[in-house]
Parts: sequence; C-alpha cells; structure tokens
Amino acid sequence: MELLSGAEMLIRSLKDEGIEYIYGYPGGAALHIYDALFRQDEVKHILVRHEQAAVHMADGYARATGKPGTVLVTSGPGATNTITGIATAFMDSIPMVVLCGQVASTLIGEDAFQETDMLGVSRPVVKHNLSVRHPEEIPEVIRKAYYIAATGRPGPVVVDIPKDMTAPNERFEYSYPKKVKLRSYNPAVRGHAGQIKKAVDMLMAAKRPVIYAGGGVILGKASSQLTELTRALGFPITNTLMGIGCYPATDKQHIGWLGMHGTYEANMAMHHSDLILCVGARFDDRVTNATEKFCPGARIIHIDIDPASISKTIDADVPIVGPVDAVLKEMISLVKESKEKPDADALASWWKQIEEWRAFHGMRYETSPDVIKPQEVVEMLWKLTNGDAFVTSDVGQHQMFAAQYYKFDKPNRWINSGGLGTMGFGLPAAMGIKLTHPDHEVLCFTGEGSIQMNIQELSTCKQYDLPVKIINLNNQALGMVKQWQDMNYESRHAESYMESLPDFIKLAEAYGHVGVRIDRKEDLEPKLKEVLAMKDKLVFVDIYVDRFEHVYPMQVARGSMKDMWLSKTERV
Amino acid sequence: MRRIISVLLENEPGALSRVVGLFSQRNYNIETLTVAPTEDETLSRLTVTTTGSDKVIEQITKQLNKLIEVVKLVDLTEGAHIERELMLVKLKATGSQRAEIKRTVDIFRGQIVDVTSSVYTVQLAGNSEKLDGFIQAVGTSGILEVVRTGVSGIARGEKVLSL
Ligand SMILES: Cc1ncc(C[n+]2csc(CCOP(=O)(O)OP(=O)(O)O)c2C)c(N)n1
Ligand SMILES: [Mg+2]
Repeated sequence: MELLSGAEMLIRSLKDEGIEYIYGYPGGAALHIYDALFRQDEVKHILVRHEQAAVHMADGYARATGKPGTVLVTSGPGATNTITGIATAFMDSIPMVVLCGQVASTLIGEDAFQETDMLGVSRPVVKHNLSVRHPEEIPEVIRKAYYIAATGRPGPVVVDIPKDMTAPNERFEYSYPKKVKLRSYNPAVRGHAGQIKKAVDMLMAAKRPVIYAGGGVILGKASSQLTELTRALGFPITNTLMGIGCYPATDKQHIGWLGMHGTYEANMAMHHSDLILCVGARFDDRVTNATEKFCPGARIIHIDIDPASISKTIDADVPIVGPVDAVLKEMISLVKESKEKPDADALASWWKQIEEWRAFHGMRYETSPDVIKPQEVVEMLWKLTNGDAFVTSDVGQHQMFAAQYYKFDKPNRWINSGGLGTMGFGLPAAMGIKLTHPDHEVLCFTGEGSIQMNIQELSTCKQYDLPVKIINLNNQALGMVKQWQDMNYESRHAESYMESLPDFIKLAEAYGHVGVRIDRKEDLEPKLKEVLAMKDKLVFVDIYVDRFEHVYPMQVARGSMKDMWLSKTERV
Repeated sequence: MRRIISVLLENEPGALSRVVGLFSQRNYNIETLTVAPTEDETLSRLTVTTTGSDKVIEQITKQLNKLIEVVKLVDLTEGAHIERELMLVKLKATGSQRAEIKRTVDIFRGQIVDVTSSVYTVQLAGNSEKLDGFIQAVGTSGILEVVRTGVSGIARGEKVLSL
C-alpha cells in the first residue's frame, strides 16, 4: 500500500471522490495542503480574490450540476470570510464541502496566530461540521463530509483541519473508503405508501387544486416526474423563486411563480384553492404572507425529504416524508392505475377562473418611449439567448425582474440566493458555472450595489478566462431598499442612493475585460446583440434603466396571499 | 406544556454544543439539561426539560433528530415515566432551627449529609415539584446555597431507549 502524508491523502481523497475543481485561497495553516496540490495535476485549484467568492463559486457549480462544490481556505480570516457563502448555501440546501485550515492541534485554545473556532462559528449555518483529529482518518472524514453534504436534504459541511494533521514528514497507508455508515443518519429513501395513496385520492376529488413546487424538486432531480404528474392531472402549477425551472415556464399549465413578487394569477389561485400539493417547498414567509390568513379553504399535502420542514409554519393535512422523485413516481403510477379521474367539470371551471385572473393582470409593465425599463432588458436577453442561458443573479429589484421576465423551461438554469438574499452572490456563482460549462451562455444579472460586493473577482475571471456576461441593471440606487422606503417610509431614502458610482466601463477595462454602456433605448437591442457575439470576452454591460421602477406585483405586508399591489396605484 | 425529552447522543466533542446551540438558535426554552455517558461509552444520554406548544415541541424533536450526532430520542412525557432530580442545599442551622430543619428533612425523605455548628447540608432527590416544595417549606431566608442537577428521566415498564 502507498504511504502518503496527511495533505497528500486529503488531495487524493478529493480525486477519489471525483472532485475536479476546488476554489480557494492559501494561507499559513493550509500551506501543507497547497504544497500537496502543487505536486499533482488532477484536482485543479481556482484562486479567487476573496474567500466568500470561492464559496459562491462552489455554490454556483453545485446548483448548475447538482454535484457538491468544494472550497479550500486557511484558518482564521480565511475561514471566517467563508461564512456568508456557507450561510447562503445552507439556506438554499446546497451541497458543498468547505475545507478549512486550522492552527496545529497543540496550539488550539491558546489564541494562536490566526486561530478561530471555526467549528463554533460555522455551527448554526452548516448541515454538519467535522474536525480531523488523527491524520490517518482524513480519507474517512472526507468521505463522510461529501456523503452528508449530498444526501438527504443537502447542505454545506465544514471540515476543520489542524496544520499538524497535514504535516509532510509523517506518512500513512492510504485507502479511500467506498462507503460510510453513520448509525445516526439515515435519510428516508421512500415515502409512506398509505400516505401517498391518501394523497392521490384527495387529488382526484379536488375541485380547485394547485401544485406548489419548490427548490426541493430541483435538488431532488425530480423535474421530469413533476412534469409528468402535473400533465397527467391537468392541474395548474406554480413554483417558488427557488423552484424556477422545475416545470417549463412557457407551458400553459404553469401560472408563474408565487409569493411576495409572484404573479397575480398564482397568488389568487393559491388563495382560492381547496387543495395544495406542495412538493419540495417549505411555506417560507416570502410565499405565505401572514400565516393566519394563508389559503383559508385549502387542505394541504406536503412532500419533503426533511420532516422538520413539514408543519413548521403551515400545518399539513397529509405529510409525506421522502425523496421527491421516488414519491412522485409512486403518485404517477397510482394516478395512472386509478379508476377515478380528476373532476373534469370542476377543473374546467377552475381553469376558466384562472384564465380570467391571468387576463386581468398577468405579468406586465409599462414601457416608455425613451427610458429603458429593466424588465425589457431581461425580456430581450431571454429572446436573444433562446431562453437557454444559465442565469445567475444578485439580490434586489434586478433579481425579481430577472426571475419574472426570463422564462426558464429547464431546471438548474436559474441560480440565485433565495433564502439568505446575499448581495455579491451573482458574479462568483456565474464563474463557477462558466468554468464547467464553457460552451454555454452564462449571464449574471446584477445591480450597481450588488456587483460591488464581489467586484474583485473580475481579476479571477481574467486569470482563468471566464467570459461571463455581466448585465448591470443600473438604477443608480439600492433599488429594492428604495422601493420599500417609497412604500413604507414616505420616500425618505435613507442611505439607499449610490452617489459615487465608479465608471464601470473603465473598471472592466482595468481588469482586462470589455465594458459596454447602454443608456439610449434605441441602442439596447443592437448593443446586446454585439455583446452576445463577443463569445470569448467577459463583457460588463452597464445599462442605465428607469430609476423609479418598482417591482410588482407585491404582496401587501401582513395580508393574505391575494392582497397585492399591482402597480404604484392599484391595490387588490 | 412541560416536556422531558431524552436523547441518545454520540459521545463526541462538540455534540453537546450542537444541541444547546439549536435551542438558542431557534428560540426554544431549556429549563434543565443533564448529560452523562452511558454504559456504552460511545453514547451519552441527555435529558432536557422544555416548555412549548405541541407545534413547538414537534419542531424541537424534529430539529434534534436532524442533528447528525443525535442517534435516538423520546419524549418521555408522552407515556408513563419516572423523573428524578438531585438537590444539595446549604441551610443556616443554629439553635432551635436545627431540630426544625431535621424534621422537615425527614418529612421530605432527605438526608443531612454534612454538618457544622451553624450549617446543615441537605441532600434531596425526587421530582422537581418535591424539591420546590422543600425549598418553600424551609423558607428562602435560611438558605445559603442551592445546587440542583436538573431532571433525569426514564420510561416506566418494558420500554427502553437504546440502539
Ligand atoms: C449583503 C447584503 N446586504 C444588504 C442587503 C439588503 N438589500 C437587499 S436588496 C438591496 C439593494 C440592492 O441594490 P442593487 O444591487 O443596486 O439592486 P437593485 O435593487 O437596485 O436592482 C439591499 C441593500 C442584502 N440583501 N445583502
Ligand atoms: Mg441598483
């Protein structure tokens, strides 16, 4: 058997785990590991410019591929810089492993240079964390970390590695475990048959049903099953911001996404439904609005891999714990076998009602003869990229416009920080995707506020040649904050202006990229076409959009799902 | 309602901090908490008493179960169970107080485990109400120090919490 040092075992374990890329930043406590990385070429390392970006890169990769991402950082500041990224992944249940250097085990507790209790600091925002206590356990710890990160309800796992565990002079026999067994961790592999049967009976009897699907469908790789079931039933389907793409947005059964900035018809249908089939979503407050007013006439079937998500905020009448793909498969076969059929008359009048809602409002915005509307930028890019780009987003109004007006027909294409709402997510996430999907168009919708939270990564893009397209919907303000101030604080714009914006064109050029400014409406289409034609260039597109635009629909605070602002003046 | 949740936990560093962290992070109450190794040295047994609506208690048990190091748990208050807490109390004991305290200790089936010319140290085991009752009976003015272990519990009859 081969003898390897701890650091070599670590890198070899990553290779044996099938990890091709890791994203990171070196420092003292991680130097043995970096040296082992240097002496091989199978696991490739991407050097970011800030550790937070390494985590978002790993996260973007994970969301686009469904495979866990990997991060490597040093102890202390390197480790603490990852926290926002880890919390972002945790809130959206994204699988990843974050390897953190740590001071030598003999120094722990002595406030050594660059010592931080990373296990303690990360604890509330990880699925689990592990530390290496003997170098020879490294392969097993790594196997465990990936297993926990990627199975059940996925999530980030931190591994804390004291420097003496990776010392080059001590060598051990290496073998990578094929399997791990954890007696205390056994995620469900199928749903309860009796509950599934009961759910299907309820679906057949429903008069005003809605399917409400979430990010769990994408994480659980169950889009095709969801699509098949939805078509077999003929029911309307809506999804959450995280579920975008789990069902084709251009299909007629799709009624848009729901919640705070969801469509009028989706929120109305939910409120008036008699049965909600929730698949891999969690009744988040950005969906339900006031829970006591939530969908008063609806009974609820809730499918989720995580029992703790069920009946947490909204009680389920029929809880089903299990992987969504397996549960949906069973439902499909029951629906097909069943002698009962969905109530056709009831469904016909339900669809008539929904079409009336859709006709009354639908997704729309006012255009202007001279000002560029942010929504039209998104719509135009949707058309110019044939709806087939990977689209990442930062956080704010631009995020909502991107989600509303880019119609996603495939899962894993819409990549955003839904749960934590992390400004600064978009660019590094796009980089993680572009690196592994070089032939695909990758767009990053951002705002002049968000982009400055990780703008240093333009340098990483240069080093690794990552020609993403940055679409800066520049409204010269922290637009979403300003919108809330307009609506709730009589337009007192406390600190929501960005007064000293940099010249983004020069900035892009300084980093070695191309910058394009668009401020006249007639330039929009031709210039966007030029931008997309520059296949091998990172282009920073700075688009001056309407500074006064608000995102609508918007649910009225503390109301029910059906209480919405449809524009600055219309409230229903 | 008050609940007693009994947990088998991997006996590993950091496992306890995850349990305690969960309670503060999600705004759940901890009234008492006890933890010690079991006959199986890889496992600790942890008992936590908490209060909350049925919905909150359901969340507490689900969230605890989600922790990777939680092997098994049971809400003892769902069935017949035995609960015990141990208390040591240091009491001012001079003159006629001495006989009075001795009588009260006997009534509560406690023991005086240490004596000086002015102080009795009393040991008392039982459920939490009994210990509260003793404190009330002797009166807080005479109490110099109180230490309680928190509740430990076990189900009655054949039911066991084990692997
Ligand atoms: C790290 C972080 N800090 C603060 C916020 C609060 N916040 C939400 S949206 C927003 C404004 C974003 O401005 P910009 O990126 O320009 O987007 P816009 O809303 O103008 O489209 C802010 C400050 C956040 N989500 N994330
Ligand atoms: Mg802005």
